[in-house]
This record gives sequence, structure tokens and C-alpha cells, in this order.
Amino acid sequence: MAEEKIISEEAYREIEEMFHHVPKKSATCIEALKVVQKYHRWVSDERLKELAKFLEMTPHELDSIATFYNMIFRRPVGRHTIHVCNSVSCWIMGYEAISDYLKKKLAIDYGQTTPDDRFTLLPIPCLGACDHAPTMIIDEDLYRDLTVEKIDGILENYK
Amino acid sequence: MAKVFIDDIEYEVPDGKNMLEVCLSLGFDLTYFCWHPALHSIGACRQCGVINYKDENDKRGRITMACMLPASNGTRISIEAKAAHDFRAGNIESLMLNHPHDCPVCDEGGECHLQDMTLMSGHNYRRYRFKKRTHTNQYLGPFLNHEMNRCIQCYRCVRFYKDYAGGKDLDVFAAHDDIYFGRSEDGVLENEFSGNLVEVCPTGVFTDKTLKQHYTRKWDLTSAPSVCHGCSLGCNILASQRYGTIRRILTRYNGDVNGYFLCDRGRFGYEYTNSKKRIIKALKRVSGTYQPIENGNVFEEVKALMGEGKKVIGIGSPRASLESNFLLKELVGENNFYGGISNTEGNLIKQVINILKKGKVKTPSLAEAKGYDAVFIVGEDVTNTAPMLALSLRQAAKNKPNEEAFAIRIPLWNDAAIREIVQERTGPFFIATVHHTKLDEISSGSFYGHPDNIARLGHAVAQKINNNLPSVPDTDRESASLSSSIAEALLAAKKPLIVSGTSLFSKNVIEAAANVAYALKEQGKDVGLIYTVPEANSVGMTLLSENFIDDAIARVEKERADVLLILENDLYQRIGKKDSEAILKRCNQVVAFENLENETTNSCDYVFPAGTFAESTGTIVNNEGRAQRFYQVHIPRNEVRSSWKWLDILRQDLQTAEAKDFDVIVDEMIQKNPELQKIKETAPTADFRIGTQKIPRSPHRFSGRTSMIANINVSEPKPPDDNDSPMSFTMEGYHGIQPSPDTAFYWSPAWNSVQAINKYQIEVGGPLHDGNPGKRLFEPDENRQAKYFNDIPSSFHPSNDELLVLPLYHIYGSEELTALSPAVKERIPQAYIALNENEARRKGLNAEGGKVEFYYQDKKWELSLKIDNSLPDGIAGLPKGLNETSGIGYPFRTKINS
Amino acid sequence: MERPLTQHIKKDGSVLTLEEYEKVGGYSALKKALKSTPDEIMEMVKNSSLRGRGGAGFPTGMKWSFVPRGENTVTPKYLVANGDEMEPGTFKDRLLVEGNPHQLIEGMIISSYAIQATIGYVFLRWAYHVAAERVEHALREAYNAGYLGKNILGSGYDLEMHLHTSVGRYMCGEETALLNALEGKRANPRNKPPFPQVSGLFGKPTIVNNVETLCNIPHIIANGVDWYKQISKSPGGGGTKLYGASGRVKTPGIWELPLGTSLREILEVHAGGMQDGYKFRGALPGGASTDFLTEDHLDVAMDFEEVPKAGSRLGTGTVIVMDDKTCPVGMCLALEKFFAQESCGFCTPCREGLPWTAKILLALEEGEGKMEDIDHLTYQTHYMAPGNTFCALAPGAMEPLQSALKYYREDFEKHIKEHRCTYR
Ligand SMILES: Cc1cc2nc3c(=O)[nH]c(=O)nc-3n(C[C@H](O)[C@H](O)[C@H](O)COP(=O)(O)O)c2cc1C
Ligand code: SF4
Ligand code: FES
Repeated sequence: MAEEKIISEEAYREIEEMFHHVPKKSATCIEALKVVQKYHRWVSDERLKELAKFLEMTPHELDSIATFYNMIFRRPVGRHTIHVCNSVSCWIMGYEAISDYLKKKLAIDYGQTTPDDRFTLLPIPCLGACDHAPTMIIDEDLYRDLTVEKIDGILENYK
Repeated sequence: MAKVFIDDIEYEVPDGKNMLEVCLSLGFDLTYFCWHPALHSIGACRQCGVINYKDENDKRGRITMACMLPASNGTRISIEAKAAHDFRAGNIESLMLNHPHDCPVCDEGGECHLQDMTLMSGHNYRRYRFKKRTHTNQYLGPFLNHEMNRCIQCYRCVRFYKDYAGGKDLDVFAAHDDIYFGRSEDGVLENEFSGNLVEVCPTGVFTDKTLKQHYTRKWDLTSAPSVCHGCSLGCNILASQRYGTIRRILTRYNGDVNGYFLCDRGRFGYEYTNSKKRIIKALKRVSGTYQPIENGNVFEEVKALMGEGKKVIGIGSPRASLESNFLLKELVGENNFYGGISNTEGNLIKQVINILKKGKVKTPSLAEAKGYDAVFIVGEDVTNTAPMLALSLRQAAKNKPNEEAFAIRIPLWNDAAIREIVQERTGPFFIATVHHTKLDEISSGSFYGHPDNIARLGHAVAQKINNNLPSVPDTDRESASLSSSIAEALLAAKKPLIVSGTSLFSKNVIEAAANVAYALKEQGKDVGLIYTVPEANSVGMTLLSENFIDDAIARVEKERADVLLILENDLYQRIGKKDSEAILKRCNQVVAFENLENETTNSCDYVFPAGTFAESTGTIVNNEGRAQRFYQVHIPRNEVRSSWKWLDILRQDLQTAEAKDFDVIVDEMIQKNPELQKIKETAPTADFRIGTQKIPRSPHRFSGRTSMIANINVSEPKPPDDNDSPMSFTMEGYHGIQPSPDTAFYWSPAWNSVQAINKYQIEVGGPLHDGNPGKRLFEPDENRQAKYFNDIPSSFHPSNDELLVLPLYHIYGSEELTALSPAVKERIPQAYIALNENEARRKGLNAEGGKVEFYYQDKKWELSLKIDNSLPDGIAGLPKGLNETSGIGYPFRTKINS
Repeated sequence: MERPLTQHIKKDGSVLTLEEYEKVGGYSALKKALKSTPDEIMEMVKNSSLRGRGGAGFPTGMKWSFVPRGENTVTPKYLVANGDEMEPGTFKDRLLVEGNPHQLIEGMIISSYAIQATIGYVFLRWAYHVAAERVEHALREAYNAGYLGKNILGSGYDLEMHLHTSVGRYMCGEETALLNALEGKRANPRNKPPFPQVSGLFGKPTIVNNVETLCNIPHIIANGVDWYKQISKSPGGGGTKLYGASGRVKTPGIWELPLGTSLREILEVHAGGMQDGYKFRGALPGGASTDFLTEDHLDVAMDFEEVPKAGSRLGTGTVIVMDDKTCPVGMCLALEKFFAQESCGFCTPCREGLPWTAKILLALEEGEGKMEDIDHLTYQTHYMAPGNTFCALAPGAMEPLQSALKYYREDFEKHIKEHRCTYR
């Protein structure tokens, strides 16, 4: 009775790789959540349950971890996530103009996803590029020394 | 001892404590939340802040959490310093930012630790002017209500539920001020000890859902110290009532038994006492239907039946008190009294008692069981047969790994640190049972087999410890190596503990466990041996019984009886329809003393309304031989009374129609059974007074007494007297520290919640002020040369066409009365017959849930299939005691069909 | 001026390969170290005057010496490089990891050897994707070259090393919370004692050091203690330090300078002074959880002794500059919002006090402040003082606020009196 798996095989393979670094499977849970997210964008309840079983944890234990960390999405996100740094250096350098522009352009607020599922907009604490504030990160790409004028061009790269 | 200074006064305190424990033990009122006497310190809530000074010259000091500060020589703190005071008040202010301040509608109100601490801290005006955050609540099943907005994030719930009780389905979610305690999604909390959250939670997040059905404030409850009748362990409870219905059960602290906790069967299984099926009047069957009869008449009639020359026999009950069993025996005569259990069970319990009395190994109390560092369970699914023992064993499993923490000088109270060091490691823990049990998750080795094979494993272990014992023939390699590792682990331990019991109906299992313990004892080990038995007073009743039900059946088959008296015992449940009918048919008149209508009462001629634990006073003897007193909570406004009262009246001159006082009965019983002597010491006699005062069952703040029956009578009637105890049924009486067996509630100035227990203990977590209640009736002589048991069974061989059927136990359902409580009922599993996959396939069964037919006592039974691959070949398991499986005697052999 | 840590880091932002690193002397310190005993390495580090660069400035050699060593000690032991770097205003470890990952790895191997650890972790924050890729690659190179794995360079010493990237939480940088994160748990801090040196990752002895701290190690080993001490300006020695500046300075950036370089030099010489049209109003000298310094403090030597004398801490050494057109109340709000959100929620003062503090600051910014709010903010800074909370997050969060209330009180009052932010 092979159960239909909803987490991809590649993801499982990647997670399995990590098991031999650690004394017990559950110790990889944070990385594992990240892997699931890599393949499925976000961690749905069903995936959480399936993953928990794989890691020999209960969904409650795993969800306790998943909900603690900022970067584990327990709700759907768009194809691209935009994280705008709202920490102190970017604040000094006027990040608010950037975030206001993004909100207006995408017609969404923080925490929301555009109707075409293209972008999710989120604030993020310091990105460690304070000497090039304001900054934001889209998916894995860091953008520095932002100005409102640069935004349109940057967004073009993400379809 | 260490010298510490608290507000410049010197105190001598025991070593190895923290300053919070020390302060509380010394009687100081110091606020705290996250610390718990059984869960210890984590330093999260920051409510126990005091000023800590380096030395006497340090005038400023710094704020330090008392619960994280070792009470070592020279430790110097101030509780009173303004800075400390302000800090604690401010901390409560913070905790209350998002708290809804809904005390008037909160079930915790009036017995809330948060309320108490708020007052104690001196905080009263909250400066916060912003919006509160809110949470949604979850459905957590029939036992607990969830109201997350009241949460103050002390982490006690998850620490108890996960770390202490091994629960897996309650956790903490999110972070910062969004922290949420609950489940990943709505659903029933699975852990058997979830009810303790009611007491562990310092505010109203987790409250008793059964109480909610008939809510009453603490101050309006009338309570009695009682003993749980849910299993053989005898956990101490406080049972509370108002208007004649039992409203809830709380833990009654007993440092020797259950400590701060109870299992959910014990806590929520009380509701049957309020059942519509309660028998509340003496009844007589007239042409097929029951009719109430007047007291006077019933005595006359029943007495007449039992007149001169009549053959009268009585069947006792393991769920009735010693006194009730004793009086039945007195009434029918020694030779006509039968212990109310099957002979198989009776002989097993006799064997257990024999080992307890005549063995050479100490039987630790439930509390002491926590102190052992290696465990070997022989044939018992303790989580389901004696739940609180499972909780103790879970603690025992931590002892060995904890030593690693002690080695780097981390004291036990530093719980957070201990857990980081120990991680999830557990000490040596071996289990041999019929099938997978919950404790397997902490076991170092589990063995599943037929009881005889379990016994063989036990004998093999004993033999490995003592080479002079006969070796076990035909041992397979696997068991041989397992027995070696078990023997090795037990020998390596300082304090090994052997746990066994009667639940598999196997003498071999019981004997094998004793052998292991004896062998260890001879090796100089400080070994413990615990047996569990089926019911609350199994041991007590058996002490009074020479014969059991099968003997009674044999007797009436030989010679009809005129009258059969059945004490609190549903024969149909216990021995099944066939045997019940056999015995009932051979008795001309049947008289039952019973709590609730059942199949037996339906086929009696007379039924007397017998009190449950709630309406009765009595003594029961637990699995370790500890006699404990329970008191009636109230005098019901109907005919219900303790069985022993009915029985006493029946044996008396009819003009009296009043039972003798409890103490008189106890004296009589002791005179005839000198081994019960210590029962006298379990509680003060009824004439005990403090000054001139009785001990109240109701708190000083009890309200509305004068108007309680204003709809019937505007003048307040005289409160009922209790001739059986030194307790009053009202608020009148002595409100200081009372004798520990007679304390009906914990309440002391400024401490309204259950945490007031601090004030009743000599030191925090230690014994109660005049000792923990209950007395052990017998102790083994540890220097005795005990005889080993030499009867090694041969290995079980599954037969091709027949299956051996064994009972599987369920905390909810396998106990008769608690199973009738609505909340517990919701948790009872569907009846099933369990087989492993192989066996099922061989029998042509495949789909789990499919129908399976089998025969027992010539009757066809039909249950659905459950696959349990841990079950050995040739063995089927049936859930014991469910409606669908009641009356089955185990073990039995049968063929099955799909 | 010597810049041992950064001299080989390329200006174009590309990574120094193993080959390039070896060419400039990379891994020679390791070879040297493996010829000494672990105790000798530990002695050297102890004598070197190196203090932790993670913010607290604890002497590194001393920290190591608490690890139980010799036969019969608990194994395995762990060494963790803390590259969580989520302290707002801090961006120094990123440069080190991205520019020269082998320097970190070499430092980690030597340090592991000194404490006889057999497993190492590089703990990087989520957002450092480039750094993560480079570390991953460098680890592979190091394994292939025999610097990692079994029997390193024939010395008989074994060390495994892994990369862990976090999933976002400032708390992950706190060393005990970091251990929890590595164990796959919630990043709550742990109680001390026991210190991680005795009971850390999975309950085993563990050293957590900042990335920059560890990058110093190869140079101390290669060039000796005396050299290391004299490249610093501070009387106590201590090597070089990565200093940074962000805010409205002309050339924000990061520079390796002798420990004890003055704040003025950093801001005026290296950061090029204030942007045109802006005046210096104050600065957080070492990241978000340090107290403000003002114009009066510009000449303070940026080291572990002098900054505290001026009422602040060296912290991470990355300066956040506040100019005259930036609202101190708004800046505090931005900071406290961050801290409130990053509180792990374990202890009461931080979990409840920080959001409350942030809400008051927001009220002030929105013109809804009341005079008593200032007292209340002051109260919060006392309430969350060190020792009152479980870990250092909340006390750190109070540092900028308490100093802002001291130096910029009139701004707070003005917000209240005028019912608005006076900078907008
Ligand atoms: C809230 C909090 C966050 C921290 N974040 C970091 C961090 O990102 N990187 C770091 O190296 N140290 C951080 N620390 C300090 C570490 O706890 C620890 O002191 C440091 O890693 C030790 O390294 P060192 O001795 O080399 O300085 C943080 C401390 C606290 C309280
Ligand atoms: S101060 Fe308390 S709540 Fe805040 S991060 Fe530390 S432990 Fe967590
Ligand atoms: S009781 Fe001490 S911190 Fe909670």
C-alpha cells in the first residue's frame, strides 16, 4: 500500500542526505523544512504532517519549530518573495519610500501575494548590507543601494 | 545543611535546593509561575525575582531569580527590598497586558494562581493602553477546555505534558508575544495525564470541561478527601460536590503515592456518580418490574428471607470497601462469603499478596518508584492498567542519564539545564508484554510474547543474575541475548525496579518477576518489586476472602442457595452471561447492593442503593498493601448509603434501622482480622477534634448556605452530622492545618489555588505536615531467605486452527464504572479483535476493520479486525471490559472466521 | 598598517579560491598548528589578548580553556562558527565569509584542534546565500585537499565540518539559542550554567565563536603573539578589528583597522564624514544593541575598555550613524520594533516589555504620546536590565533607548507636546 507522497522525491533524497550528520532525524527538521520549501514554496499542513512522519516527529512538534522561524512559510507565497529590509540603517536611509512604492506598484500590503501569484511582499530584519542601504532581497538575490527608480527594472527579472 | 540569609535573618536549609523552594518551605510568600515543585526551575517567567547580595557588605545587590539561585552557604537575598518588590509587581503588570481580565466568567476564578500572585505582588493598576492581542481557542477533546487569551506563557503546560508525561500532541507555537500553547490543529489531547494541566496551568487556559457542565466556584464546593477507585494504585483525590452532584476531582497531594498528579481516568471518570442510572431507592421486583419499597419493609422482608436455617451466600467486591466486604462476610458467615472475582484472578492476587508479605523484596510506593534507575516490566501494560505508575516509571527512566548532569554539578532542580544535557536519553528500561505498549517509546528493549514466554524471559533473566537457578530450556538466541542484556543492565543499576501484575492472568508471569527481584536482592541490589492488581480494593477484598466466584458457582450447582447477596458487583460484566445465569438461577432470592443499574441488578429480587466512593466512607487497600481512608463527600438526599451501612442494619435488630458508626465497624473488623490493625492509623477517629472543632468539608467562604433549599424551606435546616468522621459537612470547623488524611481542600491566606499545597507540606514537595496519609499493612522481611519459584513454563506454540485470546487494556473502557462517565465514554475505543498481519492472512482476513467471528462460551461474537503486528503469532487480543467484550474470561482459545 | 584578515579579500567581490589562498600563505598556520600540541595552541590564543568579536568581548583563549580536555572526556566535542549576524547595522562577518571562506575554515580547524573537537559547524544566517554557496564550495575544497576529514595532513587528527543555514531569527545568534537551532529546536536560549563549553550541542562540550574571532586565529598562529598584540592601538593589544559605518556618511563601508582606532577616525577618515547637508547627531558604536555615543564621544578609542567608559559597548564595531535630520524617537521605534519581533518569547520582561515599549514609541511618533510615557519608557529600560531577563537580547534592546532618553530627551518631549513627529 504505497501511500501517495506529496513531498517530492528529490526533497526526500536531500533530507535523507542530512541524516548521517546528526544523532537523530528530528535534528535536521529545520533544514528539512527549508528543503520542502525549496521544492514546494511553502509548507502546507499536509506536507508538514508527511514530513513530520519522515523525521519521526509529530506534526505538533514540527509545527512548533516551523512557526518559530521567520523563513518557514506556513501559508502560500507567490512565485517570488520580496523581502524589504526594515532595520535601522535602511530606515535611516529611507527604506519607507521603497516599501511604499512596492506596495503601491504591486497593490498589496506586507504579508500579501499579488493576485497573479507572482510576488509576495514581506518585511525582513537587517540583511547585513547596511553600508548599501536601503536593501531588499528577492528570492535569493540581494539588491542594494535601492532607489524607487530602480524598482521597476528589478521586478522585470521576475516573471 | 546550608546557611542562607533572607532579609538579614539566618536560616539553616537543606543542601541542594534553590532559593525559591527554600523561601516557600520557610513559609515566605514569594511569587512564581514557571517553577513547579515537580517540574522544577527554568527561569522563564521572572516572577520570583529577589535581590541577591554578594555578601553582607553588598548593599545594592542585583535582581536574581530565586528559582535559579542555589541555596548554598552564605547565599544572601532580600524578598522585601523595594527594588525586588517593584520588579515583581511590574512583571505581573507585563504578564497581564494581554490577559483578558475575565475572572468573573473564568472557571479558574477564585482558585487562580495568577489572581493570587497578582495580589501578592502588589500590582493593581495597569498602565498599558494599547490593544490586546487575541488568540483563537481549540477543541481539545472531552476533558479540557482551552482559552488561550488567558495564557501567561509560563511554559508549564508543555513542560508537564511533553517533558514529564511524555505527551506528543501539545506544543508551543510561534514566537515573541504571539506564543501559543496548543495543538497543531484542533483535536483530542491524547496523553493519559492531560487533566493535570488543569492544576499545572496557573490560570484559566486549561480548565476542566466536565466541571464546566455543572460549574461551581471552589468556595461553593463541599469536598472530601478520597481515594481514586479507578485502578489499584489508590491515588489520592479531592472529590467535590454541590447540590448532591459531584462536580470535579482534583489531586489530593500524597507524597508517598501520587504526589501532585492524577491520570485522566481518575480525574474525569467520576461522572458516573451523577448518572441517571444510579439506583437511589431500595427496590423490589414485583412481577417483573422494580418498585420502590419503604425502608422498614425492605429490611423486614430481606431479613425474613435470611432467617434461621436459610442457606445464604454472599459475593463480595473488589471495588467496595474493606468495611463493606467485611460486613457482608459477617452477615453471611465466613464459609458463605466469596470474593467477587474469578478463582483464577483470586489465586493470582493471593499469590501477589503472598509475595508482598512473605517475599524479601521491598515494594516501593508509587512515589518511590520514581527513584529507581533501571526498570524491567514483566507482562504489564501499565499505561492502561495502572496509569500513574507509567508516569512514575517515565521519571525513573530519567535517573540514569541525569547522573551525567549531576556529575557536572547541575542540581536536579535546574530542569532546563538537565534537559539540555540529557537530551532525550533514557536509562535502562525493558518491557516484556503481549503487544506494543506506550512505554515502548522509552524502552531500551521490548519483547512481545505469550505470557508463558514472558515468564520464560523473566526466568532467564533471573538465571543470568543467579547462576544457581535452573536454566530455561529451549531458549532461542534472541531471548537469550535479550535476557543477558536485561540482566546486565539490572545488575549495573543501583536501584533496579521490577514491575509486574495480574493483568495477563498468568501465575507464571508473577513468579518470574519475583524471581528476578529475589536474584537481584541476593546480589545486594536495592531492588524494588511492584505488582499491579485489577481493581481499587482487589488486595483488600482478597485479604478477607478464602473462596471466589467459581467456588460459589460450584457450591450452588451442588446445592441451591436460598439467598444470594451480591455486593457492588455486576456478575455479567465480570464472569459473563453464562456463568451469571448459572449462579443466579440456582439462588432463590437475589439481593444486590449496587451503585448503578446493570444486568445483574436487572435480574435481582431486591436492590439496595449503594453509595459510590462519593457517598461512602471506607478503607481500601492498594496494590502495595497501603490502606487508605476515603470519606463520603455528602449525604445524598435519597436512600443511597455505604453498602456497609445497609449490611450492618440487616444484621441488626430491626428496630434500630441505624448502622453503627464507622469506627465501631473498623474495630470489629480489626479484632477479627488482626493483620488489618494499622487501618486505625490511617485517619483520626470520628471523635477527633482540634480544640472543640470539627474539620470542615466546605471552605470558610462557602456561600448561599441559608438559601440553598429556599425553594423548599425558608428556614435553614440543621446541617447533617457525620458520625463516621471528624469532619463536618459545612464550613464550620478548624481552618488551619488539619490532619492530612482529613484535609478536604487546600486553602490558606493569600493562596486560593491548588498551589496552596505548599502550606500543607513540611517542605516543598515533601511530606504533609503530619505525614502522608495511608498506612502499609505489611512489609516484607528483607533478610528472609525467600523461596524461588521453580515452575518454568514451556514455550508457547501457536496452534494451527485455534487462537489464544488475551485481554488488551484501555485506560478508558477497561474499568467498569469510569467507563460510564460521559467524557470518558467519548474516549473509549471501538471494540475490535487484534491479530498480527500474518495471522490475519492465514485466517483469510485482510482488511483492517473487516468483520471477524469467533465463539466464546458457545456464543457467537462479532468484532472488527484490528491489525497489530506486535502481537505474537497464535495470539489474538480483545479490549478488556468494553461493553462489547464484557464478561469474557481470559485467556481462552477459539477459532475465528471472517 | 596591517590588515591580516582582509588584505587578500578581493575588491571586486569575488571569492578567494583555495589555490589563491594557499598562494598567500593560507593553511600554513594549520600546518604549523598541527605540529604543536592543542595545549600549546590554547596557550598562544590565551596570551594573544584576542577577545570575542561577537559582541560580548569575552577572552577567546579563556573561553576555550573551560572545555574539558584530555582522555576520558565526553565526546564528540563541537566547534561552531557563529555567522548569524542579524544584529541590525552589522555586516562584517558577511565580508569575511564571502571574501575568504578558507580563512574562516582554517581558523576553525585550528580552533577545533585546540579544543580537540571532531565536528565543526558554520552557522550562517538565511539571507547570506552567496556566503553559503562559497562556504559549501570551500568546505568541499578543504576536504579534497585533506584539510578536513580523517587524519588531517597526516596528523592523526579528524574533523568533520558542516554548513548550517538558519531560517531567520535574531535569537539564533545568541550562542545557546544557536545550539538549539542546530539541534532542530526552537531558538530559545539555554540556562547558564552549564556553559556550552561543558554542555553544548547535543549536550556535549561546544565552543561557539564569532566568525571574525575565528578568522584571527590563523594569523595569531602564523605570526605569533607579540606581532598580534602590537598591530593594535589599544594598550591591551588585541589585534585588528573590522569596523564599519552605515547611515548618512559619505562612504559607508567596512575597514580593518587596529583595535582602538578612534570613532572620529572611522567616521571622518574612512567613512568620509557626513554626507553634504547632514550633521552628525550621534551613533550606535557597535550595532543596534549598544548605547548612543554623541559628538562629545567622537574621540573615544573603539575598544573593549574605552567604549564602556563613554557609556556604551564596542559590540560588533559597526557604527550606525544618526544624522540631524533623522528622528531619534523614530530610530528607537525602528530598533525596538525589531527587538520586539525577534524576542523568542521565553521570558516575560522581553516578550511583553519590548512590544509595549515599541507601542509607546509608535504612539509618540504618531502624535499620541503622553508625558508619562517618557517615565514609562525609562521604567522599561530598568525593567529589562541585565539579569532581569533570561538572556541578553532585551537588555541589549534597552541600550539605545536608555541612551536616547538621556541624550535626546527634548525630542521625545517635543513629540508629545506637538503631537507629531517633528522630523516629518
Ligand atoms: C540576541 C543576541 C544575538 C546575538 N547574535 C550574534 C551574532 O549574530 N553573531 C555572533 O557572533 N554573536 C552573537 N551574539 C553573541 C553570542 O551569544 C556569543 O557571545 C558569541 O557568538 C561568542 O563569540 P565570541 O566569543 O567569538 O564573541 C548574540 C548575542 C545575543 C544575546
Ligand atoms: S530576553 Fe527572554 S524572551 Fe527575550 S530573547 Fe532572551 S530569553 Fe527570549
Ligand atoms: S518561578 Fe522563577 S523565573 Fe519563573
